Amino acid sequence: MKKMLFKTSFPEIIVLGITLLAPQNAMAETAITEVNPARQNELMYFVKHDCGSCHGMTLKGGLGPALLPETLSAQPKEYLVTTILEGRKNTAMPPWKSMLSRNDALWITEQLQSGRIDQTQIAKGAR
Amino acid sequence: MRRLIVLIVTLLLAQNVSARGTGDLGIVIERADGSVQIIETSTNSSLGRIEGLGDLSHASAVYSRDEQFAYIFGRDGGLTKIDIINKKIVKRIMQSGNSIGGAISQDGRLVAVSNYKPGGVKIFDAETLELVADIPASYGNDGLLSKVIGLVDAPGQKFVFSLWDAGEIWVADMSDSTKPEITKFKNIGLNPYDALITPDGRYYIAGLFGEDGMSMLDLWNLDKGVKRILDGYGKGEQKLPVYKMPHLEGWAIAGNFAFVPAVGRHEVLVIDTLTWTEAGRIKVHGQPVFVMARPDGRNIWVNFAVPNNDTLQIIDTQSLDIIKTLTPGKGVLHMEFEPRGGQVWASVRDEDRLAIFDTDTFEQLITFKAKKPSGIFFTSRAHRIGL
Repeated sequence: MKKMLFKTSFPEIIVLGITLLAPQNAMAETAITEVNPARQNELMYFVKHDCGSCHGMTLKGGLGPALLPETLSAQPKEYLVTTILEGRKNTAMPPWKSMLSRNDALWITEQLQSGRIDQTQIAKGAR
Repeated sequence: MRRLIVLIVTLLLAQNVSARGTGDLGIVIERADGSVQIIETSTNSSLGRIEGLGDLSHASAVYSRDEQFAYIFGRDGGLTKIDIINKKIVKRIMQSGNSIGGAISQDGRLVAVSNYKPGGVKIFDAETLELVADIPASYGNDGLLSKVIGLVDAPGQKFVFSLWDAGEIWVADMSDSTKPEITKFKNIGLNPYDALITPDGRYYIAGLFGEDGMSMLDLWNLDKGVKRILDGYGKGEQKLPVYKMPHLEGWAIAGNFAFVPAVGRHEVLVIDTLTWTEAGRIKVHGQPVFVMARPDGRNIWVNFAVPNNDTLQIIDTQSLDIIKTLTPGKGVLHMEFEPRGGQVWASVRDEDRLAIFDTDTFEQLITFKAKKPSGIFFTSRAHRIGL
């Protein structure tokens, strides 16, 4: 790790620093985003089947990009929450705010970024 | 009782020994489990299941002309050839990272798959699934590859498809299968999302996601190029969020009308196929996904995107009125008519079942279990252009 730091340029160190801090933040916010178990199941089902119609049921992508931790974890949480709720202009991503609350979107974002909704979990399926 | 058992055993043996026809068979995709159920329409029953087909979250199928084999196109780039009589996988290959659909050639010897990643079309020998031709959907000057959608077969041993990212329609003539001859039509409109070919194989029509309109290619007159139809049907109005991409297939043609889903609107659009102009629009319950004509063309059945996907509506093609609204259950994803149209099968995903309706009385005749069913494909598709 040290060796890597020495070889790293200044901006990269900042990125690294943020990356190291980020999981901590996510942990802290996870505690804030509480969703009752029944809703969790609904959201899990929603991600798998409704997000899945464009992003793939295993979230590896389709018409929309993959929603795996390796593509999402580096992105700001607020950006992803806004994308879910408001959609993304000039793409096929619609706003979901009529079906999802901000809290729902936050919870989904955390699950996706942390890989807690990962392919194996999804393959097993939440009902 | 004993006689009954003897009878059943005899029947079972007979089935194994003697050949049976497949004209009343079909398959149902079980999207979450990567399996397909083999079903039979004469008795409205399930004959068994084939497992191990990978990620079928967006899957479709075409049939060999002898209706013994089905080719299943999976989301994960898997192409699986199954034998629906012997209920087994004949061959399975992973042909890309991410695919969307496929088609079988006029002569039945080639199977084409449209891919998202890497964007393009791959063409395989229908017998062996060996690669015959690879057509990367490259566009622009930077070697970008486009996702490919709306792939259909067309007369003259052709495949026609559209490029989502590039806004192009390509016609691949496979008369010499080792040397595909490609004709490209550029600037056909923003983000074609799916396409249909009319049942006579003449007109290829791509629906546009990025604009209000459709792009039509007359395959009998390729030199005339692509023509825009239904241009600006939304008249600049803000469209609703599109929660699921609609589908287009050739079955939407009934008499002189074509019925297509409006993107981002709770409407079915009616096109006069003699003039290719708008002939009307029908307000419906939600955003249409599949708009399908009963084989006799008298009624149109429509299902909807989430959150209205518990409903089916039926339109009369003479009056253009909605004559019936059904609520089979949550997650009605797909319908398939029996070839002569007396019954229709619907998959009710969230309730893990199939429902079969009488198309005259609209009564549910029977329902049985299927695991997260989506697409339903009957063997009669084997003999229809574009399916």
